[in-house]
Amino acid sequence: MADLTSNFIGIKSPNPFWLASAPPTDKEYNVRRAYEAGWGGVVWKTLGEAGPPVVNVNGPRYGAVWGADRRLLGLNNIELITDRPLEVNLREIKSVKRDYPDRALIVSLMVPCEEQAWKNILAEIEDTGADGIELNFGCPHGMAERGMGSAVGQVPEYIEMVTRWCKQYSRMPCIVKLTPNITDVRMPAQAALAGGADAVSLINTINSITSVNLDIFAPEPTIDGKGAHGGYCGPAVKPIALNMVAEIARDPITANLPISGIGGITTWRDAAEFMVMGAGNVQVCTAAMTYGFKVVEEMISGLSQWMDEKQISDVADIVGRAVPNTSDWQHLNLNYIAKAKIDEDLCIKCGRCYAVCEDTSHQAILMSDDRVFSVNDDECVACNLCVNVCPVEGCISLEQMAAGTTDPRTGTVVSDVKADWTTHPNNPSVTAAE
Amino acid sequence: MPNTVATDGIVSGRLNNATLKDNFSDLHPKLDDHEALVAADRCYFCYDAPCMEACPTSIDIPLFIRQISTGTADASANTIFSQNILGGMCARVCPTETLCEEVCVRETAEGKPVEIGRLQRYATDGLMAKGQQPFVRAASTGKSVAVVGAGPAGLSCAHRLAVLGHDVVIYDARPKGGGLNEFGIAAYKSVDGFAQQELDWLLSIGGITMQYGKILGADITLEQLQVDHDAVFLGMGLGGVNGLDIEGSDKDNVLDAVSFIADLRQASDLIKLPIGKHVVVIGGGMTAIDAGVQAKLLGALDVSIVYRRGKENMSASVFEQELATSKGVRIIYNAQPVRVTGNGAAAGIEFAYTQTVDGKLALTGESFTLQADQIFKAIGQTIEGVPGALKIENRKISVTGTGRTSLDGVWAGGDCALGGDDLTVTAVAEGRDAAIDIHTSLIDGTSSKKEL
Repeated sequence: MADLTSNFIGIKSPNPFWLASAPPTDKEYNVRRAYEAGWGGVVWKTLGEAGPPVVNVNGPRYGAVWGADRRLLGLNNIELITDRPLEVNLREIKSVKRDYPDRALIVSLMVPCEEQAWKNILAEIEDTGADGIELNFGCPHGMAERGMGSAVGQVPEYIEMVTRWCKQYSRMPCIVKLTPNITDVRMPAQAALAGGADAVSLINTINSITSVNLDIFAPEPTIDGKGAHGGYCGPAVKPIALNMVAEIARDPITANLPISGIGGITTWRDAAEFMVMGAGNVQVCTAAMTYGFKVVEEMISGLSQWMDEKQISDVADIVGRAVPNTSDWQHLNLNYIAKAKIDEDLCIKCGRCYAVCEDTSHQAILMSDDRVFSVNDDECVACNLCVNVCPVEGCISLEQMAAGTTDPRTGTVVSDVKADWTTHPNNPSVTAAE
Repeated sequence: MPNTVATDGIVSGRLNNATLKDNFSDLHPKLDDHEALVAADRCYFCYDAPCMEACPTSIDIPLFIRQISTGTADASANTIFSQNILGGMCARVCPTETLCEEVCVRETAEGKPVEIGRLQRYATDGLMAKGQQPFVRAASTGKSVAVVGAGPAGLSCAHRLAVLGHDVVIYDARPKGGGLNEFGIAAYKSVDGFAQQELDWLLSIGGITMQYGKILGADITLEQLQVDHDAVFLGMGLGGVNGLDIEGSDKDNVLDAVSFIADLRQASDLIKLPIGKHVVVIGGGMTAIDAGVQAKLLGALDVSIVYRRGKENMSASVFEQELATSKGVRIIYNAQPVRVTGNGAAAGIEFAYTQTVDGKLALTGESFTLQADQIFKAIGQTIEGVPGALKIENRKISVTGTGRTSLDGVWAGGDCALGGDDLTVTAVAEGRDAAIDIHTSLIDGTSSKKEL
């Protein structure tokens, strides 16, 4: 039986599933319910400095993108940091942590970029007994307009500066939460590392407009006839988040910087994918906001089953397993030749493979009068589009051609020697050996 | 004491109003918006879709379903109506399980096809409820076409002709239109007067005049129609029924199933409609099923449908057969009627078991008798009152191509014409295609005469 106990930058939790800083972690009532439901840890929704709290809109805060059967694929929000007084949050954090000493409790923070402001709040957080802090440099709406959130996360110098303050004035582990609304996520990660961060967490939400109301010509969610961009999250953002996690995990400078993976994690499988891509643990929000806290049970049992099947007993042993296999295009083997194969017994004859290959690709699928579909190896470049559009899993697959056989498309014999773009004669930057 | 299912004889009111209402409610209620989206999403938008090939009217099914899934049900309805103006009725009565849904790739994949029929109803009901007619008449051609029969073939033909700018007069023998849609379909497939609503909606295109109570050969003649109009379309269906030529078939309460179905459809109050205690239906088609099921739903104690061949030969689909058995109707295969017994009125009916030997039906020598105080004959309909000048083939009007008969300027389609499969949807297709051919002939002035 796999042991899911997690130790992330010295913070222990019974499993690697934390709830991300967001509405589900805004107050004691929710957080207690989350712990009771089985969540290993919680990042308390972002606190601001003392004084009058921020105010939220009183209209809709969320917009959505749906798939089939109204399955929520993407969610965006225009909610700000906590709108409850600082002292109330601090009191509740202290109370919850006292009652759940085995669970991780991290406090998300966002105060203006002034040394004294950070110094003040850090002392108050330490008093609560919380396990660590997460610096919210990612929130893309509302707070950014006030010089906080993603406005900090988009300037590596600010990230480094604030992180340094936090490490200087606090003994607590410090996680820097990054915004994806930048061109190269490695820069802010390097800045966090330079500032002394113990870890980074990513991604925060992506600038987004989910839809436009075509009756009133305004973005959704609409408030009194107007809409604003929000932060996008949920299953739709997972591929973007995974890549950003991989970028940091692969960067030699940040390769050893722990990562807390965030972005559309909905099932145990998503979590496992983030972890093998370099995340030491994961944070979840939209899945909980879609289905409630109970989803963690499936994440726990699923990860556990998979680890058992792989005969891995410690979650730490899965972290980063896919990083060495994550490469750049130029290093992919150009001598790997594959062809699509259609399993006639599984084929239900919908013809989608034919339509897309004929209309949009390489005219490599043949259709007979009685709707039997087959691949013309003379034209097939193994692009995988037919596999992706086929509604039947396993019906179409790509099969590697054996070395020594001849590719009918090119007339060349398949080589078993790896060769990539860096040595390809068509590459203008390759200097021929004289 | 009120009547019950156990009351002897042919009586009304065996079931109370609430039960009757429930029994005769919509067989497949309209999908609500969310159900439609979920159902539409299951469509794979197949290339050269098999469902479309299987539809006699060639409705672009993948397109109309995609239009539903993107929230444009009215555009979806237009896609349907452009091929099949009676798409609303066809959505209700088509044996989709042997047409579009049978060949749906998800039937192949999972044994659960996309619910094409119900999606079609969702789209068509929506537009019809708005009272919108999706077509605009072309400028008048000054031509006049006579259509005989206001059933699916005639209405489809008339509508298309009207759209193309011709003036149409529909002559129908009955006091109201719709044909089998109005008189010949199980009530639970077309509830709330849908056939008349659809007729009214269809006629809103304009340019179509209705002449009811006009029987071809009695009140009107083909010769006169040819004189009065530029072209004639015959779509009067099959007015007669095949006789049951056995001993005792002249006894009381040996009835035509089509009359029973028509009476039931026209009944204003089902509780007043009499039905036997022991009902036997002879036949294996949709009429037999419709009669048997409705007899049971009216409160008959026991209902048996007896068919002379095997289950696999029955022209009623497996779905319809299962519908019947699910309602408590017994289907007996491989038995043919021998004699009706009873003193004046039917009391029982004797059957002989059959088997197929070398492709031919033969008797096994065994027989049985069913108690029967009411016997419905559903052994096929036959054409009536065909003008003598028309060539007949296999007891139907001989046609070639798009419904051209042996007479110049006269077309035919639907159940009265050769070919087809006696389905509403086929009749619609034939009426539509004949209309297009009539239009071409009238505009080009070309002869419609074909070598037969």
